[in-house]
Amino acid sequence: MADLKLTNVKKIYDNNVEVMRDINLDIKQGEFIVFVGPSGCGKSTLLRMISGLESISGGTLEIDGDVVNDIPPALRGIAMVFQSYALYPHMTVYDNMAFSLQIAKVSKEEIDKQVRKAADMLQLTNYLDRLPKALSGGQRQRVAIGRAIVRQPKVFLFDEPLSNLDAALRVATRMEIANLKESMPESTMIYVTHDQVEAMTLADRIVLLSAGNIEQVGAPLDLYENPANVFVAKFIGSPAMNIIPATITQVGKEAELTLNTNHNFLMPIELKEQEKGLSAQFGVRPEDLKVRESETDPVLVEGDISFVESLGEATLLYVKTQEGADLVVAKLAGTLNYKRGDRIALTAKPEKMHLFNAAGDNYRRL
Amino acid sequence: MVTSSTTRSPLTFVVHLTVLFLVVMWTIPTAGLFISSIRDKDQLSVSGWWTALSASEQRLVTRIEIPKDQSMENGQYVIRGNVFAEAGDNTVSQFGYSSLKPQAFEAGTKAEMKKGKTLIVQANGDYVITSPKAFKGRGQRVFYTAEIPPRFTLDNYREVLTSEGLGKSFINSLTVTIPATIIPILMAAFAAYALAWMKFPGRALMVAAVVGLLVVPLQMSLIPLLRSYNVIGEFLGTGSKTYVGIWLAHTAFGLPLAIYLLRNYIAGLPREIIESARVDGASEFDIFRKIILPLSFPALASFSIFQFLWVWNDLLIAMVFLGNNEEQLVLTGRLRELLGSRGGNWEILTASAFITIIVPLGVFIGLQRFLVRGLLSGSVK
Amino acid sequence: MGQLISALFVMSIGVLGCAIYFYGSNLLLDICFPTKNRPHLVIAKNLRITNTIRPWLFIGPALLALGFYLIFPVFDSLRLSFLDRTGENFIGFDNYSWLFSSSEFFESFKNNMLWLIVVPTAATFLGLVIATMTDRIWWGNIAKSLIFMPMAISFIGASVIWKFIYDFRSGDDAQIGLLNAIVVFFGGEPQAWITIPFWNNFFLMAILIWIQTGFAMVILSAALRGISEETIEAAVLDGANGVQIFFRIMVPQIWGTIAVVWTTITILVLKVFDIVLAMTNGQWNTQVLANQMFDWMFRGGGDSGRGAVIAIIIMVLVIPIMVWNIRRANAEMEGR
Repeated sequence: MADLKLTNVKKIYDNNVEVMRDINLDIKQGEFIVFVGPSGCGKSTLLRMISGLESISGGTLEIDGDVVNDIPPALRGIAMVFQSYALYPHMTVYDNMAFSLQIAKVSKEEIDKQVRKAADMLQLTNYLDRLPKALSGGQRQRVAIGRAIVRQPKVFLFDEPLSNLDAALRVATRMEIANLKESMPESTMIYVTHDQVEAMTLADRIVLLSAGNIEQVGAPLDLYENPANVFVAKFIGSPAMNIIPATITQVGKEAELTLNTNHNFLMPIELKEQEKGLSAQFGVRPEDLKVRESETDPVLVEGDISFVESLGEATLLYVKTQEGADLVVAKLAGTLNYKRGDRIALTAKPEKMHLFNAAGDNYRRL
Repeated sequence: MVTSSTTRSPLTFVVHLTVLFLVVMWTIPTAGLFISSIRDKDQLSVSGWWTALSASEQRLVTRIEIPKDQSMENGQYVIRGNVFAEAGDNTVSQFGYSSLKPQAFEAGTKAEMKKGKTLIVQANGDYVITSPKAFKGRGQRVFYTAEIPPRFTLDNYREVLTSEGLGKSFINSLTVTIPATIIPILMAAFAAYALAWMKFPGRALMVAAVVGLLVVPLQMSLIPLLRSYNVIGEFLGTGSKTYVGIWLAHTAFGLPLAIYLLRNYIAGLPREIIESARVDGASEFDIFRKIILPLSFPALASFSIFQFLWVWNDLLIAMVFLGNNEEQLVLTGRLRELLGSRGGNWEILTASAFITIIVPLGVFIGLQRFLVRGLLSGSVK
Repeated sequence: MGQLISALFVMSIGVLGCAIYFYGSNLLLDICFPTKNRPHLVIAKNLRITNTIRPWLFIGPALLALGFYLIFPVFDSLRLSFLDRTGENFIGFDNYSWLFSSSEFFESFKNNMLWLIVVPTAATFLGLVIATMTDRIWWGNIAKSLIFMPMAISFIGASVIWKFIYDFRSGDDAQIGLLNAIVVFFGGEPQAWITIPFWNNFFLMAILIWIQTGFAMVILSAALRGISEETIEAAVLDGANGVQIFFRIMVPQIWGTIAVVWTTITILVLKVFDIVLAMTNGQWNTQVLANQMFDWMFRGGGDSGRGAVIAIIIMVLVIPIMVWNIRRANAEMEGR
């Protein structure tokens, strides 16, 4: 019932600053889409353009095949949950949820039915007479969601809804949102966050944005395992993927790489003849690095340990490979007995290696 | 705030004393006014209000009335009576029969006068005057020095409210003040919302203009407006001095501050609440009525207190746009008129002044919290 | 009673009329360009129209009022200042040359300058001192309320209050004015204070200082509380004493607020009129511009040209503050 289609959508501010460039995106009914990206990437702007709170400077936005560029928010069939919840502070929980239906002149009985149904679903029935200030953060969050539910929208929009909650509550509410989606499989949901964990756990598909462009669209694990470019590779995963400058020294069924630390090894990737001799960027995730135990394993990283961070379930080693180079991070399971200044050699399985060209694009996806 | 344990006690003592001194300085003028307004007018005019609680020593004079049938006692004509018109705890200390020596005799002693007459005035004011011949002509004057105990009365208020016309002026002041407070709030709230949240060309310029108009002196407006009012009043046949005229004048002069304060407040409301209402389908008018107005209550309250005080206390605009005719004179105008016509009658002036300031003082004391909040939102950033 | 009822009637007409305008005009707009229950394209078009019109419905009355009562008069006063007393015949700069050769003008200008220097400075200084001291004592809030109270009193009411204090009785009569009573108590000669040229200005200024100190105190007190405790604690650790902390740590942090208070009172002083009118009406060399202007408005049937010239002088004195205000407001808006 609600497919969204964005075609060449642009946003240009009055001062001629282009903040969104040619966004193309197809969202199918029932999908849970997460917009993620660093702050200032335009993810909230894009959401607000879909909601109608922000005008669209170019391109078209279709909901169920209708172009809705000029349609006011209330008529687009969307509902929005704001970051600050935006509850009306002078109205009770009941009135907050009933407000949109009252504006739409829905009959009193129908309003009551809808509000009580949503309250029941969100365990808010006992709080209907309270003012927002008498609620906890989590309860306010649920009222904001309830306010969206009663409108029976085609599309739910969430603008960083968990960022005002403390860590424990955030996890709990994240699960509630996942449950909510489960109970309304036919509703489309678009969710904006800067938190990659939320993105990874909630999304059917992630839309990763940076500086007004879409960097990659795909399932969470696809982004993790198969990042389209260095930006995506470094954004998804924590600590971020290690990127080491390299040169392609041999091509063929397998490529030979020489890192700027002079380690060279083979990587199972098929490259064309003209790639030979080009400089590239080699990537490996900290959690994929292993201590080299066998002489047959290639050496990827070798150097002195600069810092050790023991987290309990894992140990982070920061390895200095050469003067002036970024420290390489390795995340090894368990508590390990390394100390600053120890020399260490690290390796990784060939299928866990990533290779990007000088422009940052992933060779596997070219 | 700044504390240093070694210097604290003597310093704090000095601070307490200084503040106490300043508070006394600031309250005594008003206190004096109030105390004077409830004193007896004869006492008020001869002694300072700070002596109100002690008996006042007054030098008085009375003339003995000669009754038609003069009574005879022991061959002497005798008149008895009391120097005080009303009975009370008054006491006479000295008396005399000549204006040159008003304190010649102690109370209770016998004064020998010319032609064999005698006069005795007792401490309680009773007097006996005797004469060998019948009294005739004007009665004898008796000078006496009396201790009059303090007397408090509401007579001054009774007088100014009725015969001096303050009661009528009080209602005139209300008639001017209430609409002149509500109308600008309505206008300013709508304008402030538009300036804060609606998009239209020239908005930034208008905000700057409002800030500029905050300080334009009223004096600039008086002559042109007076001329316009005369023309309009003639055209409409209503004359230039109308309540509507003064409401609108007060409204316009209050608007810059009202718009400025309310715009600051409304612009500070969370954007998401307003957007949420838009997503919920509310029109701009709905948003204004159902979201902005209830949420702006503190700002509306503080501005209305300002405007109320300012309009109630205004003299200039009332004099120019409402005039000085008896029917429309407001309290401040009446007080100024009394200051001219009854300049020496402090019992009238103090009571009138107190009636003039009692309403704003009440508003001020009752709603100080809102007033302070409003002041701060207007000035501290 | 009859007066009360007719007053209530007149008041409700005034207030209701205003409310009906706002409600009615918005309703009319929604009826003419409905944005509900219509095809989407019609709604989009109507929405554009209403979004263009509605701000003007909201801001229109305020704009008209400000235009007619504040903006138009500025220009009309300027025009009138070149016309004669009836406002009909052009007389060039005659009013200006009259003004600059009139000794009365120089007297009021001189007095105004005196007011401008003394009143804002004294009120701000006293306000700052009182704010600092009351913040340190347990009954500070009561003290502040009492000192703030004269703010609620009208200038004319305050004038009566102070005229009573300055009251003078000649000869051996007991003084009923507090000031003379004190003077006599200490063995001095009673004076008719408000008739002593030059010094009487200060007795009039005392009234305005008395009224305005509370205003300065309230605002400066809030500003002082806004200073971060930590900067003061840091200064204490650095070894500063109370006076040094006050002048070198606290005052510099609230300069902006002090400037706002100072200019606000300055504006008020320029417009001061009621006090002079009530106390002396300009006699004994106490004339000020605002009262002189009022005087010329009505003197001998009124001289609009000369009145307007004086108004222009007051306006010119205000302009620097106006420019400063607008700049400050603009900087603030950009900061948002």
